[in-house]
Amino acid sequence: MRNLLIFITKYNAFFLFLIFEISSLVIYIKYNSFQKATFISSTSKITGSLYTQVNGLSSYLALREVNDSLASENARLRNQLKTSFYVDTIAKRKVDDTIYKQQYTFIEAKVINNSVNRSNNYITINRGSKQGVAKGMGVICSSGLVGKVVFVGEHLSVVQSLLHKDSRFSAMLAKNKEIGYIEWSDDLDPHKGFLKDVSNNAQPTIGEGVVTSQYSLFPAGIPIGKVSNLHTKAGGFALNMEVKLAVNFSKLQYVDVVINKLAQEQAGLEAQQKKDE
Amino acid sequence: MSRTILTNLFRFAILVFMQVFLLKNITLYNLSTPYLYIMFILLLPFEIPNIMLFALSFLLGLTIDAFYDTPGLHAASCVLLAFVRILFISITVQKDGFDNEPEPTLSVMGLRWFFTYALILTLAHHFFLFNLEVFRLSEIPYTLSRFVLSSIFTVFLMLLSGFLFYRRKERK
Repeated sequence: MRNLLIFITKYNAFFLFLIFEISSLVIYIKYNSFQKATFISSTSKITGSLYTQVNGLSSYLALREVNDSLASENARLRNQLKTSFYVDTIAKRKVDDTIYKQQYTFIEAKVINNSVNRSNNYITINRGSKQGVAKGMGVICSSGLVGKVVFVGEHLSVVQSLLHKDSRFSAMLAKNKEIGYIEWSDDLDPHKGFLKDVSNNAQPTIGEGVVTSQYSLFPAGIPIGKVSNLHTKAGGFALNMEVKLAVNFSKLQYVDVVINKLAQEQAGLEAQQKKDE
Repeated sequence: MSRTILTNLFRFAILVFMQVFLLKNITLYNLSTPYLYIMFILLLPFEIPNIMLFALSFLLGLTIDAFYDTPGLHAASCVLLAFVRILFISITVQKDGFDNEPEPTLSVMGLRWFFTYALILTLAHHFFLFNLEVFRLSEIPYTLSRFVLSSIFTVFLMLLSGFLFYRRKERK
């Protein structure tokens, strides 16, 4: 026991180092969901690849049964085709009652803290729960998409800007409405993003606008940027392209928080659907 | 003694203030970002107890983290820096024979020693900081170039401020 105490006091620097280092790393990992996600995904990368290997083998052995079931399903579906029915009614005329209800409202806010030169950038704005801001709301400015609210205080909120490794928003090409998603570029350039996973049918041109899609937190058609380069490394079956961002993040002054009045209803319905599955 | 505490308090405030409101906004070509605030840990007196050194480093790191929205990141790097400082000083400096608690400043220790000291400690701190921040192996070349260029910038600023507050009383 005495020897142990002497040992510890002799190398006290090292033990103190361990204590403080571990406590700061715990803080870091606990509060940065990005690191948490990486821990999990890097382990699941190994397990995931093993699963696919084994699954490839077992699915090959089951090919005959799969083939039979597919053939019977094909026959069943063919029976349900429109062409195999005799149409005996005329099409109903549909009248839409068009009373518009407002789906989106906006809260204007001032940017009080901002950064663009780190690998995860956040913006602090001067509106909080008192003014109706809630976690997960989208944030835009006059020139385009800015980010998403992640922390809400009483009077202030923190926005995870598009210039963040985890930021990913549904986007589309303005002209032919092909859907993809927008991400920040790898090399931390605050003026550049990537539009990824656009279907191969799209024929984008340089200078074409990129806007938010109807599946995002935002109203459809909020500008994001312009396609600036088509020759980025392709992702297999999908097109990737470089986008020059419309918003100048380093000069951000005023932003608008988007409140989607139907968001809660949508989230509730989708959660229910997940439960049913 | 109280003079040392006052000087260090003042230094803490000034360095944090400069880091958060001035240097935070400086980035050269998206690559080189100075983190001058670690100079506070470098300039703490030789005689400081280890636990105090670690506690102060941790506190400094958390203060910077609070402004940078990165809880724990700078704290972890600063604690590592404190450990490297203890190792470096125990190797290069004889513990006895200090008169009135000198600090490892440029004017006390001379250019050659201070430069090595600043360089090694800054490299350790920045290497840990940038890799912990990115936390991905796939971006190693980019992270390394950021690490090297930022270290150069930081050491340059340290030497600059060292000469700025140079007082002639070199150690014999």
